[in-house]
Amino acid sequence: MAEQPGLTGYRRENGTVGIRNHTVILPVDDLSNAAAEAVARVVPGTLALPHAYGRLQFGADLALTFRTLIGTGCNPNVASVVVIGIEPTWTGRVVEGIAKTGKKVEGFSVERNGDLNTVASAARTAARFLQDDSERRREPADRREIMLSIKCGESDTTSGLGSCPTTAEAVDRWVEAGGTVLFGETSELTGGEHLIAQRCVNEAVRNKFQSIFDNYMAMIDRADANLLGSQPTQGNIRGGLSTIEEKAMGNVAKTGTAPVVGALEAAEAPGSGPGLYFMDTSSAAAECITLMAAAGAVLHLFPTGQGNVIGNPIEPVVKLTANPVTAQTMSEHIDLDCSGLLKREYDLQASGRNLMDVADRTVNGRLTCAEVMGHREFVLTRLFPSA
Amino acid sequence: MAEQPGQPDFLIHDEGDAVAVAVRDLAPGPASGAYLSGDAVVRLDLLEAIPLGHKLALSEITEGQDIIEYGQRVGIALRDIARGGYVHVHNVRSARWQNSLA
Repeated sequence: MAEQPGLTGYRRENGTVGIRNHTVILPVDDLSNAAAEAVARVVPGTLALPHAYGRLQFGADLALTFRTLIGTGCNPNVASVVVIGIEPTWTGRVVEGIAKTGKKVEGFSVERNGDLNTVASAARTAARFLQDDSERRREPADRREIMLSIKCGESDTTSGLGSCPTTAEAVDRWVEAGGTVLFGETSELTGGEHLIAQRCVNEAVRNKFQSIFDNYMAMIDRADANLLGSQPTQGNIRGGLSTIEEKAMGNVAKTGTAPVVGALEAAEAPGSGPGLYFMDTSSAAAECITLMAAAGAVLHLFPTGQGNVIGNPIEPVVKLTANPVTAQTMSEHIDLDCSGLLKREYDLQASGRNLMDVADRTVNGRLTCAEVMGHREFVLTRLFPSA
Repeated sequence: MAEQPGQPDFLIHDEGDAVAVAVRDLAPGPASGAYLSGDAVVRLDLLEAIPLGHKLALSEITEGQDIIEYGQRVGIALRDIARGGYVHVHNVRSARWQNSLA
């Protein structure tokens, strides 16, 4: 590509490229949060990822939790991982999954040790990992090596007019450069799903996408429910969005113009080359971004209308808004104010260039507003209740 | 940088849309808007105040008619809406969840 953005990243053992260099303390289950957080206190500079689940799950729901935890450890923004679980078998399963990347990973289990001995052993390893990781250096990287994800939140009509089309500019340039981009939000395609189906590269991808969408609609029907009150949200309605279809049009607008090359299960790593992928996710921001990060995305673009404050512990979240009130009243959360689009102070191409500039600086180490404000929402998606 | 056609009161996604979005708080009375691309200007009289981000009708919409925005159906009118009227959950419902009223 002619573009010379001067991007840099951390090249991992398996060749993937990250833009952050975290030493992660990963609990397998809710019971191990206390030990994981204790290790992160004893060894400041490491990053604990507490979460609410991991016990008595089964079937597809358990598989998704493993895929999410292992995928999180495998993410190239993570340099090394200390895994802590209540018992050794499931702990070992997570360790083995992460070890396939070639990165440093060790597991510790609490049973027959207690929290105190577990923390002592795990902290010793965490200290060694952190010191090793501190000597990792950034090196030149290509845009196609940096996996992008997109998802919008607390959308309003300014999202469809400004922040989502601006995001689409960045998505198109990422794909043109040979990069990979993930989008999701199955529920928020409702009313615009035909537009995504039309863009699927072939019949197999289209059928996969359509079956994911149809399964979702069937799930809503089985619950004998509709999404009024939830979709659009009260914030969406306050911002002027009247229906789920109208919200979906803004959602679709941010995906740009590239063909959809694959339809992924939640937290599934893209496997059929570069391009734009759909992933089956909830539209709840923390769940969606956690799944995208678990699939390997290292940078997230997040258009917002009314002002969602989401962050993710391992994947930096760049927020942009075209709503002038949000840009003014929530400026500490907004990486790019593109409200000038609504006043026609500049055009969409210029707005896209502004976003690419912020994205590239973030790749190179600039902290996002969410990182600065300490937003580290890490939320596992559940498919059904525990046994 | 592109030309600056002046600050519009409302913006329209696509040719043929029935609704537009106020890009600042608008009072009843004359208002002018633009399309997302191109230089065409649309002028009308607003019948009601329209808050920033909320929608106004660009043409007469009759009860049961599809609401077109982005060139797509984004809902159905619950009652007649006059040109320049306020369009939101009080007079529009989703076409997807038929059993529901916002």
